[in-house]
Amino acid sequence: MKTDDVLELLLYLALLIGLAPFIGRYLAWVFQVERPLPGEKLMAGDTSRSMNWPQYLKALLLFHGIGFVVLMLLQMLQAKLPGNPQSLANVPFPLALNTAISFLTNTNWQAYSGEATMSYLTQMLGLGVQNFLSAATGMAVAAALVRGLGERPSRSSSGQVGVSPADSPCDRDGREPSLRPGRSFSGLGNFWRDVSRATIYVLLPLSILLSLVLVQQGVPQTFDVFASATTLEGSAQVIPLGPAASQIAIKQLGTNGGGFFGVNSAHPFENPTRLSNFLQCFAILALAAGFPFMFGRMTGHRRHGWCLFATMLVLLLTGLGAALWAEHQSNPSLGVLTMLEGKETRFGIADSALWATATTAASNGSVNAMHDSLMPLSGLVALVNMLLGEIIFGGVGSGLYGMIMFVVLTVFLAGLMVGRTPEYLGKRIEAREVICAAVAVILPSLVVLIGTALSVLSEAGRASLTNAGPHAFSEALYAWASAANNNGSAFGGLNANTPFYNYGLSFAMLVGRFGVIVPTLMLAGRMAQKRIAEPGPGTFPTDGGLFIVLLLGVILIVGGLTFLPALTLGPIVEHMLMNNGRTF
Amino acid sequence: MTSSFYSKELLIPAFWSSLRKLDPRWQWRNPVMFTVWLGSIATTIVTTVEPTLFHIQLTAWLWFTVLFANFAEAIAEGRGKAQAAELRKLREVQSARRVQGDVIDAVAAADLVKGDTIVCEAGEIIAADGEVILGIATVDESAITGESAPVIRESGGDRCAVTGGTRVLSDRIFIRVTSEPGQSFVDRMISLIEGARRQRTPNEIALSILLTSLTLVFVFAVGTLPSFVNFGERSVPVVNWDRDRLDHASDAVGARRPEAQITTETDRSLVDTSLPVLIALFVCLIPTTIGGLLSAIGISGIDRLVRRNVLVTSGRAVEAAGDISVLLLDKTGTITLGNRMAVAFHPAPDVDEKTLAEAAQLSSLADETPEGRSVVVLAKERHGLRGRELHELDATFIPFTAQARMSGVDLGTRSLRKGAGEAIKAWVKSNGGAFPELVDQCTKSIAQSGGTPLVVADGAQVLGVIELKDVVKGGIRERFAQLRQMGIRTVMITGDNPLTAASIAAEAGVDDFMAEATPEDKLRRIRDEQAKGQLVAMTGDGTNDAPALAQADVGVAMNTGTQAAREAGNMVDLDSNPTKLIEIVEIGKQLLMTRGALTTFSIANDVAKYFAILPAMFGGLYALSGDGPLKSFDLMHLHSPQSAILSAVIFNALIIIALIPLALKGVAYRAAGAAVVLRRNLLIYGLGGLLVPFVGIKLIDLLLTLTQLG
Repeated sequence: MKTDDVLELLLYLALLIGLAPFIGRYLAWVFQVERPLPGEKLMAGDTSRSMNWPQYLKALLLFHGIGFVVLMLLQMLQAKLPGNPQSLANVPFPLALNTAISFLTNTNWQAYSGEATMSYLTQMLGLGVQNFLSAATGMAVAAALVRGLGERPSRSSSGQVGVSPADSPCDRDGREPSLRPGRSFSGLGNFWRDVSRATIYVLLPLSILLSLVLVQQGVPQTFDVFASATTLEGSAQVIPLGPAASQIAIKQLGTNGGGFFGVNSAHPFENPTRLSNFLQCFAILALAAGFPFMFGRMTGHRRHGWCLFATMLVLLLTGLGAALWAEHQSNPSLGVLTMLEGKETRFGIADSALWATATTAASNGSVNAMHDSLMPLSGLVALVNMLLGEIIFGGVGSGLYGMIMFVVLTVFLAGLMVGRTPEYLGKRIEAREVICAAVAVILPSLVVLIGTALSVLSEAGRASLTNAGPHAFSEALYAWASAANNNGSAFGGLNANTPFYNYGLSFAMLVGRFGVIVPTLMLAGRMAQKRIAEPGPGTFPTDGGLFIVLLLGVILIVGGLTFLPALTLGPIVEHMLMNNGRTF
Repeated sequence: MTSSFYSKELLIPAFWSSLRKLDPRWQWRNPVMFTVWLGSIATTIVTTVEPTLFHIQLTAWLWFTVLFANFAEAIAEGRGKAQAAELRKLREVQSARRVQGDVIDAVAAADLVKGDTIVCEAGEIIAADGEVILGIATVDESAITGESAPVIRESGGDRCAVTGGTRVLSDRIFIRVTSEPGQSFVDRMISLIEGARRQRTPNEIALSILLTSLTLVFVFAVGTLPSFVNFGERSVPVVNWDRDRLDHASDAVGARRPEAQITTETDRSLVDTSLPVLIALFVCLIPTTIGGLLSAIGISGIDRLVRRNVLVTSGRAVEAAGDISVLLLDKTGTITLGNRMAVAFHPAPDVDEKTLAEAAQLSSLADETPEGRSVVVLAKERHGLRGRELHELDATFIPFTAQARMSGVDLGTRSLRKGAGEAIKAWVKSNGGAFPELVDQCTKSIAQSGGTPLVVADGAQVLGVIELKDVVKGGIRERFAQLRQMGIRTVMITGDNPLTAASIAAEAGVDDFMAEATPEDKLRRIRDEQAKGQLVAMTGDGTNDAPALAQADVGVAMNTGTQAAREAGNMVDLDSNPTKLIEIVEIGKQLLMTRGALTTFSIANDVAKYFAILPAMFGGLYALSGDGPLKSFDLMHLHSPQSAILSAVIFNALIIIALIPLALKGVAYRAAGAAVVLRRNLLIYGLGGLLVPFVGIKLIDLLLTLTQLG
C-alpha cells in the first residue's frame, strides 16, 4: 500500500472514532428533548402522545403505505408528469414495484439505471424523499427500542413502591401514557415526532452541508437536459446530468446507497474527486456509528454503548484488513500484481477496498467499484458483512437495532451461564424476547438461503447470471443477501430487471425490513413494561472485554455457521481455485 | 455418586424406557430431537433400498443419537422414580377413623375430603395431611425427613401440622384434614419427581425456543445445499489443468492461461450430497447435545433438591431460586445459635476476674436455661473452674422469678445473685452495699453494643458483670460473603431492638437487617424489594409467616412449621434447617448454568463438525485430479469422506452419553461474581467445545479405520 493510502485510511478511522461519540450525543439530544421542536408537528398534530408498540407500528405502516402509493404513482405516470426533460417512459409495473419497495425499505436496490429510467421528478420527489424518510424510519425505530430498553415503568424517584406488574402505569388499563414531565410513561415515544425530528434535525442539515461540498467538488445539480457533445473522434455523445448532488448526499448519510446514475459513485459526476470520495465514504458510516453512543446516553449505560461500538469496529477492521490484503494479492493465473479492472482507478485500490467494506458494513449499498470485480476474498468480506445482518454499524438506526437483537441472544446465553435468568440492562429476557430476537436474526437468513436456492434451481433465476461456477453462485447469493439485509449494493453481472428478481427481491426486501422492525418494536414494547433490577455482582456485566468477545462469538457463530457452506461454495472455493490458476 | 448413575436398577428400566420414548408423540415434545428422529426414519428408508455398510452404520448411529437422548431423560426420571417409590410407601395407609360428631367410623383413606376430622392413636399412621385440632402426640416423621428422633405435634401454635403417612408414636390426636384426596403434599411431590406433571420452566421454554430456531435455520442451510453444489457442478465443465505449466505461469507476468484439457464427466462420488449425508450434516449441526439433555437437566434439578431433603412443589421455584437477589433470614436459628451465651466477665473494681467467674458459675450451676449453662461453660473455659455438684455444696437454688428478675444460690452464709442491673442494684442496696459507678457504665456499654449484661453480686458486694451475647454461627460470615459475591443481599429479620440487631448484623456480616419486625413488616419488605426488581427468598415456619412466604418468589417453609406456612411456601425443608436456603439458591443457579454451559458447548462443537463434514462432502468439487481445493479444509486429515461423516455423527451421539453425568450432577459450582463464573464457563465449555470435537472426531476416525468400518 502506498503511504497516502495508509494515511487516508488512518484519517478515516480517526475521524470515525473521534466524531461518533459527538454524533451520538447529538442524536440523543434530538430524540430525548422533551419540549416540542419547531417543525416536528408537520406530519401529526399531537406529537406529545407516547405510543405503545402496536400504535408505533401502526403509524409506521401507515407512513410506509402512503409512501408506497406515492412512489408507485410517480414512477408509473412519470411520462405525463412535469420534470421529465428527457421524456423518459413510464416505469413498468414489476420494476416500479421493486423500486418502490427498495426505496421504502432503505435498501435502494436498483434494477435500473437512473439516467435511463427515472425522470428528475421521480428521482427528487419520489426516490429522494424516500431516501430521507426511510432513513428517518430506521432512526425512529432505533430510538423506540432504546426507549423501551431504558424505560423505568415505575419511577423510583416518585417514591412509588409496592407496585405489582399489573398496577404499573401502562396501556393495559386504558390510561394514555404521556410524554409530559411529571407523569411516568412506558411508551416508546411518538413515531411522527421521531420521524420528523430525524429528518429535520439530523438528515436535512447534514445533507445540505454535504451536497454543497459535493457541488463545489463538481457534482452536477441541475434541471437541464442531458448535455450533448462531440468527441475528438467526431462522434456524438450524450452526457447525463440532473439534480445529482442533493440525492448523493442523502444516499450516503441515510445509508440508502441508491445512485443517481447507473454506476453509482463510480460515475465521475457522482464522485468526481478524491475528497468527494473520502467524504462520501465517511458519510456512509458516520451517522450509523453515532447510534451506539446515542444508545449509551439515552439509557445511561455509556460503557455499554462503547462496547457495542467497539464490537462493530472490530468487525469492520477485520473485514477491512482482509479486503485490503486480498486486493493487494496478485492473481496467479494472470500474473498481474493488482487487479484494477472494475475498481476505482482514479483513487487507487485501497479506496475501493475501503468503500466496499464500508458500504456493505453499513447497509448502504453505494459503490465506487464493481463488487463483481473484487478479489474473491474481498467479495467474501462484502458478503459476510451483509449476511451477518447489517449490524457492523449497519443502516442508520437499523444497524443498532439489528445489533441489539444479537445482544439479546448473547445476554440470554451468558445469563444462563452465570446461573441467573438473563437480564439486559436490568430487564429480564424471557421466552417472548428470545422469540423476537430469534425471528429478527433468522428471518432474513432464511430468505437469503431460500432465494439463492430458487435462483440456482430455476431457469428464470439462472438466466440472469452472467458468469460461471462459484462466481455465478456468488452473484446469486450476493443479490439475495443484499436485498434481504436491505443493503442494496449489487455484485454486478446479475441482470436484475427480470420479473423473477423484481418480485423475488421485493419480497426479500420487505421481509428484511419489516421482518426485523416488527419483532424489534414488539421487543421494545415488552421491555418497556419490565422493571429494572439494579445491577449487582451477580448480574452479568455488559460493559467489558468479556462481553465484546462473547458478542462477537455469538454473531460469528449464529450468523456465520448458517452461511459457511454457501460461502464455501462461492467466494472461498473461488479464491482457492484462483490460487490454482482458475478464474471465472 | 457416579456409581449411582449407572446402577443396574436404574439402567435396565432406563433402557426399556428409552425405547418406549421413540413414540412420535413423545418425541414431538422436543423439536430438536424430533428432527433427528425424522432424519433417522429417512435414512432407514434409504438404507433398506441401498444397504451399504456406510448407510447401515449411519442409520444405526442416528438412531443411537435419539436413543441416547431418550436414555438421558429416562435415567433422570429413574432416579426420581426411586425416590417417588419411597414416598409412595407413605400412601399405603388403607383406612382412617373419621370423627363425625360423637361417632367414629372407619373409612378408606382415599375417601377423606378436606374438612373431615380423623383421630389417630399411638401406632397408627396418619391418613392425610392435616392440622392437629385437639391433643398432643409424638410423631415419627422419619419416613419423609429421614430424621429418626420423633417430633411433637400439638394443637394450636406452630407445631400443629401433620403429614399423611407419618406414624403417631404416643398419645392420641384429632386431626382436621386439609388436603383433597390425591392432592396431598406427598402426592404432588411424587408427580413432580416422576416428571409426569413436570411443566417446563420459563428459562427452559426460552432456551428451547432458541434451540428450535437454530434447528430451523439449519434445516434450510443444509436443505439448500444440494442445489448450491449442483449449480456449481453444472455450470462449469470439469477442467483438468496441466499442473506443471500452471506453476510456471504464476511466476511469469502476463502469462496466458495454460491450456486446459476439458472433460465433461464429473465424478459424482466425489461430491456427495445424497440424503443420508445431508441428514448426517444436519444432525451434527443442530444442537442435539443440549437438545437431548435439556429435560434431564430440568428433572435432575428437582431431584437434587429432594436429595437434600427439600420438597418442591413446582419446577419454576427451583429456577427462581437461582435468580434470588435478596435473602430474608430469621436471626434465631439461622444466623445465631438459638440462644444468648456468656462471652465475657467484666469484674467490678478491686475484684479479681476469677472471683467473679467463680461466683457466676456457682450462681448458675442450678440454672438449666441455655444462658445459665453458657455461664458455667465460660467459667470453665476461661478459668479452668470445674462444675461442681450442688448437693456437695449444701446450696439452695433461688430460681428466677419475673418479680425478682434475678436468680442465684445460697451457700451457707453467702448468697450469690445474678440478674438485670436494676434488680441487683435494689438487692445490693437492701443488703447495705453500694453499686459501683463503673459497673453501671459497664452494663450500659454492653447494652449499647447489643449484648445483655447480667450483674453478679455476693451479698452486699457487686462482683461484676457477665456479658451475654447472641452468638453468630461459625462460618456464617463466610457464607454471607460468598452470597455477596454471587450478588445476593442478605437481610436479617429479628424481633430484637434496633441496637441489638445492628450489632449482630455487623458481626454476622449481613447486608441489612429489620429490627422489631412484625409479619406485616416482612410482607411489606418483600413487596418493596420486588418493586425494585429483586427476587426475594425467605424461610418461615409460623402461620403469621404465611402471607410473606406466599409473596416471596421462593418461600421455604420448615417442616416443623404450621400447615398454613407449608401451604404458602413453594418449598418445604424436611430438615427444618433455615441455612439450607443457601444450598437451594446454589442448586437453582447450577441448573441454569448447566443449561447455558451445554448450549455453548453444543454450538461451539459445530465448528469442528463443519471441518469434518464439509471437506468430506465438497472435497471432490472442482477437482483437478483427485482432491479438489476444498479438501484443504480437512484439518484433521480424516481417512475418507465416509469415515469423516461417520466420525462426526458418532462423536455427536457419544457426547450425549458422555455428558449425562454432567447433566445430572450439574456443572461445578463455586460462589463467585458473574464475570468470574462466566469467564470460567466460557473457557471450559466454549473453548473446550471448540477443541474437544477435533480430538474426538479424529480418534473415532482412527478407530473406524483400524476396524475397517470407515
